[in-house]
Amino acid sequence: MLKYLLSRMFYSVALLFGVLFLVFMLLHITGDPVSLMVSRHATPAEIEALRQELGFDRPLLVQFAEFVKNALQGDFGRSFRYRQPAMDLVVQRIPATIELASVALFMAILMGVTIGILGGSNPNTALDSIARGLGLLGQTIPTFWLGLILIIIFSLNLGWFPAYGRETFKFIGLTLPNKSIILPAFALSLFTTGQLARFTRSAVLEVMNEEYVTTARSKGLKKMRIYSRYILKNSAIPLISIIGVQFSYLLSGSIYIETIFSWPGLGNLLAEAVSTRDFFLVQATAFFTSFVVIGLHLVTDIIYMLVDPRIRYR
Amino acid sequence: MNDKDKDNQKYELSGLLIDEQEDRSIRAKLWYLWRLLWRDKSGLIGLTVFLIIVFTATFASQLSPHDPLKQNLHVSRQPPVWVEEGNAEHILGTDNLGRDIFSRIIYGARVSIMVGFLGVSMAFSLGMMIGLIAGYKGGRVDSIIMTLTNMILALPYLVFVVFVAAILGRSLLNVILIFGLTDIPIFVRVTRGEVLRLREEGYIEAAVSIGQKTPAIIFKHIMPNLLGPLITLATFEMSAMIFYEAGLGFLGLSVPPTIPSWGNMLAEGRQYLTVYPWMSIYPGLAIVITGFGMNLFGDWLRDALDPRLRRMKK
Amino acid sequence: MKPILSVQNLCTRFDTFDGSVFAVNDVSFDLMPGETLAVVGESGSGKSVTMLSILGLLPRSSSKVSGHAYYSAGAGAAEVDLISLSSDELNRYRGNHISIIFQDALRSLNPVLTVGEQITESLATHKGYDKKKAYKRAIELLELVGISQPDKRFNNYPHMFSGGMRQRAMIAIAISCTPDILIADEPTTALDVTIQTQIIELTRHLQHELGMAVIWITHDLGVVAGLAERVLVMYGGTGVETAPVDQLYEKPLHPYTQGLLGAIPSIAGSGTHRLVSIEGSPPDMFQKPKHCQYTWRCPHVFERCWNEIPPAFEVAEKHFSKCFYDLIKKEPRAEDR
Repeated sequence: MLKYLLSRMFYSVALLFGVLFLVFMLLHITGDPVSLMVSRHATPAEIEALRQELGFDRPLLVQFAEFVKNALQGDFGRSFRYRQPAMDLVVQRIPATIELASVALFMAILMGVTIGILGGSNPNTALDSIARGLGLLGQTIPTFWLGLILIIIFSLNLGWFPAYGRETFKFIGLTLPNKSIILPAFALSLFTTGQLARFTRSAVLEVMNEEYVTTARSKGLKKMRIYSRYILKNSAIPLISIIGVQFSYLLSGSIYIETIFSWPGLGNLLAEAVSTRDFFLVQATAFFTSFVVIGLHLVTDIIYMLVDPRIRYR
Repeated sequence: MNDKDKDNQKYELSGLLIDEQEDRSIRAKLWYLWRLLWRDKSGLIGLTVFLIIVFTATFASQLSPHDPLKQNLHVSRQPPVWVEEGNAEHILGTDNLGRDIFSRIIYGARVSIMVGFLGVSMAFSLGMMIGLIAGYKGGRVDSIIMTLTNMILALPYLVFVVFVAAILGRSLLNVILIFGLTDIPIFVRVTRGEVLRLREEGYIEAAVSIGQKTPAIIFKHIMPNLLGPLITLATFEMSAMIFYEAGLGFLGLSVPPTIPSWGNMLAEGRQYLTVYPWMSIYPGLAIVITGFGMNLFGDWLRDALDPRLRRMKK
Repeated sequence: MKPILSVQNLCTRFDTFDGSVFAVNDVSFDLMPGETLAVVGESGSGKSVTMLSILGLLPRSSSKVSGHAYYSAGAGAAEVDLISLSSDELNRYRGNHISIIFQDALRSLNPVLTVGEQITESLATHKGYDKKKAYKRAIELLELVGISQPDKRFNNYPHMFSGGMRQRAMIAIAISCTPDILIADEPTTALDVTIQTQIIELTRHLQHELGMAVIWITHDLGVVAGLAERVLVMYGGTGVETAPVDQLYEKPLHPYTQGLLGAIPSIAGSGTHRLVSIEGSPPDMFQKPKHCQYTWRCPHVFERCWNEIPPAFEVAEKHFSKCFYDLIKKEPRAEDR
């Protein structure tokens, strides 16, 4: 078990180094990172000055060593636009994104898993069709369009929710978002809701056909017990990894939703950085998002290990 | 009743199965698929929708009632025909510059289909080749390829696509290249998985044992078995690519703004969301319909081409 | 003596994607208290489905069971027809009065619950035992089925057990509420020979100890000889012959049984004599039977066999055969009964 854990951790660290390399290389993909960063009207002298200032005139390998060294200290250069260390900006924006993604995940689990269980345990009924339909809907409605439509309906026409921004209130010392989070979180969650409904449905269907469920019934156990201890407990195992993956989708998907709803999170920062060609900030955001996602995968694996006795004792 | 016996029987027959597979002509296979399609209406609807979109994209210049680029400020900001003040001349209304939204949506299908088709073709062919090498060679080559593949698949996809798109700049070729290259890993993974499965089922050993050469084994025994799962995957990936392209367009990172694409239309529409909501609603609806059709068809294809699933249904 | 279980005219049909499958077609048999009945037949003959039908374990949406299965718990107790009960009503009997163990113990045990929990949950459900009492009883049971260090094994998960131990654990679960009937659905098929013998010995021992009746489903005729008192031979979803075990071996009176036994070199020998398939293929289960299902393979077939379903003829004492051909006189039966 410890060996498994260590190998997973080693893998995650290796992956992070892979990400560092990728993030570095992407900036050099065109061969001339400086021209990406300067305005079209810059003179050759200005460009050359910036190139020297940022050290882009040195050999690539030296640059990469420097980049890794700085990155390990959390230094991803300074944002041109904000004139602040890029990583500081990223760290400021994390809470809002985590908050949005968590609420979205909560909504998705609540709706998706429930509908999936109902559909899976009543195959070929109306409930089942709803579960399958929801799965399809989540896959066919793009997040960015759904956000716009929700604003048109619920903000502009009905006036129930604000169209943009994160409004907060104080509650026993905590700053929490108010109803302004509902629309963006819902728009963000629909895809995940659909995926969870789909996966839960098929997991439940599969487990229901397992022989141990027949055993449980042959033992005369109550329906509730068969559901909770046999069907749901076994279906939950594959779901855990799917929820982990979905959370990382939500984190990256926030780039659309945060842009639409002006939600002050990482996604918004990335979109802004891209449009202002603030590439050090883009690098920092990309690395940090990857860091969170890789960490999430590791945590998912650990939870998986704790829940599934077959892995625990391997 | 007794799965074990059935499996044994299947194993003994595996040598025969290869012959049977070859014997069945392409025409007979297509005829069989068509009969399945006719029986399952959802697959038929999906295929029809998809074909309509492809048709629209191909004959955009013949089908569109107006020049999608022609600006006419006299007729700008007209709502769709069924709204008061609407005009039959522009059934889905006009945008802020007086361009006909319906015509722009028709032309937009071109970008979507082109990116989806060319991107998937690229990822399909390269991914299948790499996956074949990994699965067939095994050993060190396999583990290197799979480590890389898994690494790339573990990253937050959207964030990196946005990053790369921002660096490469807006052009149709760039967008196709980005999706074509970043989508390779998933094809590698599926191809390799299928090759390994065929290996386990004894197909390859049976072929080797009767003295067949490697190219013959790959082209005659492996490829035909790969096509089903890969075509299914391609359907889903194409629909995903169309989504991602629209998403990039929405963020201002896809094809140049002068080209009418669904994503670009959404990006423009968003700025006028509060006053001219139709500018955002209809391009998005086009994306939804396309995704709906392709996913319905993909779901059907997966069920129809997967012999394991078909057996389960019985 | 009154039978503890009396199955009458049991039929089971599955509705599938490709049409109806007639899996069980008119099976009747009695089970006496404490006796062992062996049910033999090749795979697909409806042995397992018969048992699953009796216990209501088939998916209700896609299967249709008709006929009767009268169960009477002890002398003086009222008879209940298990087939007519709802799932909730059946739960009073399943795992409590009638238990079943399956072929593949690994797949039959819940992988995410400890073995101990899977034993105690039966006790809690049927006997209302509290945690402590159930634990104590579970340890006794594990000991009874021959699992060493039961207190340690209690907290293990099924995959940590060996194949034989898993089947022992399954048995412990099945006998936890001291049932009157234990149905063993090929419990030794997946095990190797030495373990097989151990499990068979264990079952016999427990049967003796607890006084329960056992229905032993198998396609291993070697097992049957030493184990059962009576044998029911199934073919094409129906019981074609039933007789006391010695009589059946000495004088089989159905062509199918003869074919089966003809394929076995020595009857008394232990070990594994699997059924060797008889020439021809098993019947098509997609058709509702209109005549004897053995006609396609039967050496004695004559015209009547293709037109009628044979009833059960009492060919000797307690010996029934569903065949129009009289194997003693070597000629078609003159008339019914």
